[in-house]
Amino acid sequence: MAPNASSLPDGLVAFVKRDCPTCELVAPVLLQLAADGVLTVYSQDDPGFPDGVAVSDDTSLEMSWRQNIEAVPTLLRVEGGIEKERAIGWHRGEWESVAGMTGLGPDLPELRFGCGSLSVDPEHATDLLLRFGQAGLQARRIELARLEDEIEALYDRGFSDGLPLVPPTEKRVLAMLEGTTRKPYEVVAVVPSDLVECTVEKVAINAVMAGCKPEYLPLVLAAVEGACTDQFNMHGLLATTMSAGPVLIVNGPIRKRLGMNSGVNALGQGNRATATIGRALQLVVRNVGGGRPGEIDRAALGNPGKFGFCIAENEEDSPWQPLSADLGADIGTDTVTIFPGEGPRTIIDQLSREPESLARSFAATLRGIYHPKAVMAFDAILVVAPEHARLFAEAGWDKAKLAARLHELCMIPGAELLRGAGGMAEGIPGDQAPEFIPKFRPGGIHIIHCGGDAGLFSAVIAGWVGGAIGSQPIIMEVQS
Amino acid sequence: MSTDTQTQPGRVILDPTGEQAIVARERVARPKTIDGLTIGLLDISKARGDIFLDRLERELTNRGAKVKRYRKPTFTKPAPHDLRQQIASECAAVVEALAD
Repeated sequence: MAPNASSLPDGLVAFVKRDCPTCELVAPVLLQLAADGVLTVYSQDDPGFPDGVAVSDDTSLEMSWRQNIEAVPTLLRVEGGIEKERAIGWHRGEWESVAGMTGLGPDLPELRFGCGSLSVDPEHATDLLLRFGQAGLQARRIELARLEDEIEALYDRGFSDGLPLVPPTEKRVLAMLEGTTRKPYEVVAVVPSDLVECTVEKVAINAVMAGCKPEYLPLVLAAVEGACTDQFNMHGLLATTMSAGPVLIVNGPIRKRLGMNSGVNALGQGNRATATIGRALQLVVRNVGGGRPGEIDRAALGNPGKFGFCIAENEEDSPWQPLSADLGADIGTDTVTIFPGEGPRTIIDQLSREPESLARSFAATLRGIYHPKAVMAFDAILVVAPEHARLFAEAGWDKAKLAARLHELCMIPGAELLRGAGGMAEGIPGDQAPEFIPKFRPGGIHIIHCGGDAGLFSAVIAGWVGGAIGSQPIIMEVQS
Repeated sequence: MSTDTQTQPGRVILDPTGEQAIVARERVARPKTIDGLTIGLLDISKARGDIFLDRLERELTNRGAKVKRYRKPTFTKPAPHDLRQQIASECAAVVEALAD
């Protein structure tokens, strides 16, 4: 009787393909086994192989997939429909054990490794999972009309941030989910502003659309989880009329594994990982949480970083410990820090040769963020590029010393901050002010290191309302 | 139309949204008069919102309403659930002040 499509026939069962020298080698053994007992041979690529044996056609790879065949040849012994023993590749002793016979392939070498099974070939694996597996994807299926262009269809349904999206087909989403060990149905976060429970699967769908590779998914998951905490307050960041959006700073070996750029043009375009990881978070916020501009996103101006803003710190060439260590993580841990920030503002200083002078240039720019009179309201990231960082390193300034000096230099005379001072109506209320008021709250200046080797520049990324009343930057460990 | 196009299998994508079914809630009927009603004034803790609400309180009191004042801890986050419940149980209507 022909074997059932998915159940194993009793006796010996072999999986082979013609395009495998070890399978060619064991062909005489298969003839030997066929002559001596019940043998079923499944051929993955050619039902005519091997000659002289009745071969079952498994060019659909269904049986190979269902039996988790990883290499060919594989020999099984099956009793009552249940696999009892398995030999992978050619090893005479193992084959004899499985077959319960001796004297197999006397002219063959003792041992020969097999070849990869077609059912685990990356070219077929996802298709097979879709065809035969329980993929377990829960998302609603959207069938596109025959004449619809798939890119246009995604625009028409309101899923896009304005740029084209990669269509999230089942195949692409399954491939994306291979990037994590987490189950598709696990809830990652409750996404503001609609407060929707967001599963790993929904994050994967949006990551596909953003253009992510599967290996980026763990980082996106961590970013989504962090952004949706009460501490980070994504709801407020969306609803504000200010310009900021979520800025991601990545630390740890994952930067190298994902090929993230922390060198030339580190804050700019041209790197797939940095471009798409930040975008994926923003697409989750848009599509899962309903955070669309003009609706709950009330930014008067916004900033280009709201398409997605992800920075990889250059740790290898940095004279300082990474941001993640400043925030309490162990060095070597993969982390993403989520900061509510707007676009970067460049600081030029090509003449300073002493760290004090350069610190003063930094402070002058830091004091101006949002408004020279806006104090104790906003944090900032100071992005120090290598040529500037070197000046501090050579003078023995560690990051803590630079940060402490910047806080001192950002103490502003209160009289300058009063409403009307300097001819500007803006300012703090009242007629009296303390002698000095700090621009930043303690710990409000975060310093990172990245950028190209050439260029005496640094940059400031201004934050949004800092602390408990607004948003507190949050660091998340990236889980596989 | 060619046969090829007709037999092209449907392309399927997965829904990236929260797949929310929005429940339409009926609004409370607008009061015909505010005379004798308790009106809540919710300060969202944004600068100068109190100036607007002080003015509103005078106007409402002059028209015979009782006024209760409330305050959110921060304008950047939704009002806490308990505060929303309190306002709903104590007031016939609420005015939320946005100001800058």
